[in-house]
Amino acid sequence: MEYKDYYAIMGVKRDATAEKLKRSYRKLARKYHPDVSQEADAEVKFKEVGEAYEVLKDPEKRAAYDQLGSQWQAGQEFHPPPGWDAGFEFSGSGPQANSPETSGPDLGAFSDFFESLYGRGYARSSATSARRRQGFQIRGEDHYAKVIVDLEDSYKGTTRSITLQIPELTADGQVTTRPRTLKVRIPKGIRQGQQIRLAGQGGAGYGGGEAGDLYLEVEFNPNSQYRVEGADVYLDLPLAPWEAALGATVKVPTPSGAIDLKVPPDSPAGKKLRLKGRGIPARQAGDLYVVLQIALPPVDSEENRRIYQQMKHEFTFNPRASLEV
Amino acid sequence: MTSDKILCGQLVEEATVITLKELCRSCTVKTEEIIIMVEEGILDPQGERLEPAQATEWQFHISSVKRVKTVVHLQRDLGVNLPGAALALELLDRIAELKKL
Repeated sequence: MEYKDYYAIMGVKRDATAEKLKRSYRKLARKYHPDVSQEADAEVKFKEVGEAYEVLKDPEKRAAYDQLGSQWQAGQEFHPPPGWDAGFEFSGSGPQANSPETSGPDLGAFSDFFESLYGRGYARSSATSARRRQGFQIRGEDHYAKVIVDLEDSYKGTTRSITLQIPELTADGQVTTRPRTLKVRIPKGIRQGQQIRLAGQGGAGYGGGEAGDLYLEVEFNPNSQYRVEGADVYLDLPLAPWEAALGATVKVPTPSGAIDLKVPPDSPAGKKLRLKGRGIPARQAGDLYVVLQIALPPVDSEENRRIYQQMKHEFTFNPRASLEV
Repeated sequence: MTSDKILCGQLVEEATVITLKELCRSCTVKTEEIIIMVEEGILDPQGERLEPAQATEWQFHISSVKRVKTVVHLQRDLGVNLPGAALALELLDRIAELKKL
């Protein structure tokens, strides 16, 4: 098992005061809260911070942890020395239920490192699992997850494998997490933010209650040349000035494959060409908008410079006419 | 656990509405908590009869499930109060809007 440097996780020195720790915890909890954070590994970080604070805010646990010494490196192979906790009385007194600072999110148990030091009795119990213990027949909780798909997948439909970390109660009442991989059909025509409901794939029920549902929220891969608004799709299409001025037929990529697009003569930059029904094939199919952009050819030769100079002499064109200067 | 079976879910249409009871069940919260969230303006029940006395007839847009869960998590994990959670939700909505641009 790996040693965890709780002070480094909290971003404080080993002699930090309780007040300093609390402030640091508050800040990090806000930064990494899975519902708020924009960080990619927010959930993992949030759990780490919660665990570190659970130890360091408690003078007894902190003293016991400090006793391990500061020679350990984060990630180093670790086994607690025998009798290391002699003289401390924290075993068995779990965190107070329902205090906002001690009951973390439903992300399952603390790390093996934590449990080897303080025992498994500290596994967090959320309000729901507390209610479950009362022996009622209770339906499992609904779970939520995000699934990222390419826009192209929405045009054809696809199948995605997703792996979830499922917190569950073992027979002896401990909380553990278990990875679970599901293959899910992503239907054709799905839009950003839409949810797929998988009945019975959420949290297990208790006392014979039925399982909850799993909701998958679809998000399009943001690294795409397309922009999506509802079922409509937008693509910026660069054109050479002469293509825009004289008209042309150009190859244009679309999520369902490249097409030939006819650009009418005298097309200004920003003009939108609508390709009806070529947006997301939702129940009411969206449109594909090609937004024209004019790319300026570089002046990288004498010949090109000559052509620009010729244009300068032969055009009477004021691009700032609308600014009235 | 890996299963080779391909799951075909049910697409939640944007117009889907759920009852107060379903919302409570889905989020494991009490009816009173939902009523307080409605009074705080975090959730908007749909329909005509919007007085708390008619709460059992309320219907909510499906997106309410996520909102309620976020509020519950923020209260539990960060110790914010309800107006604070409502403010966070509004700012999260605004970030989502901005990201679309």
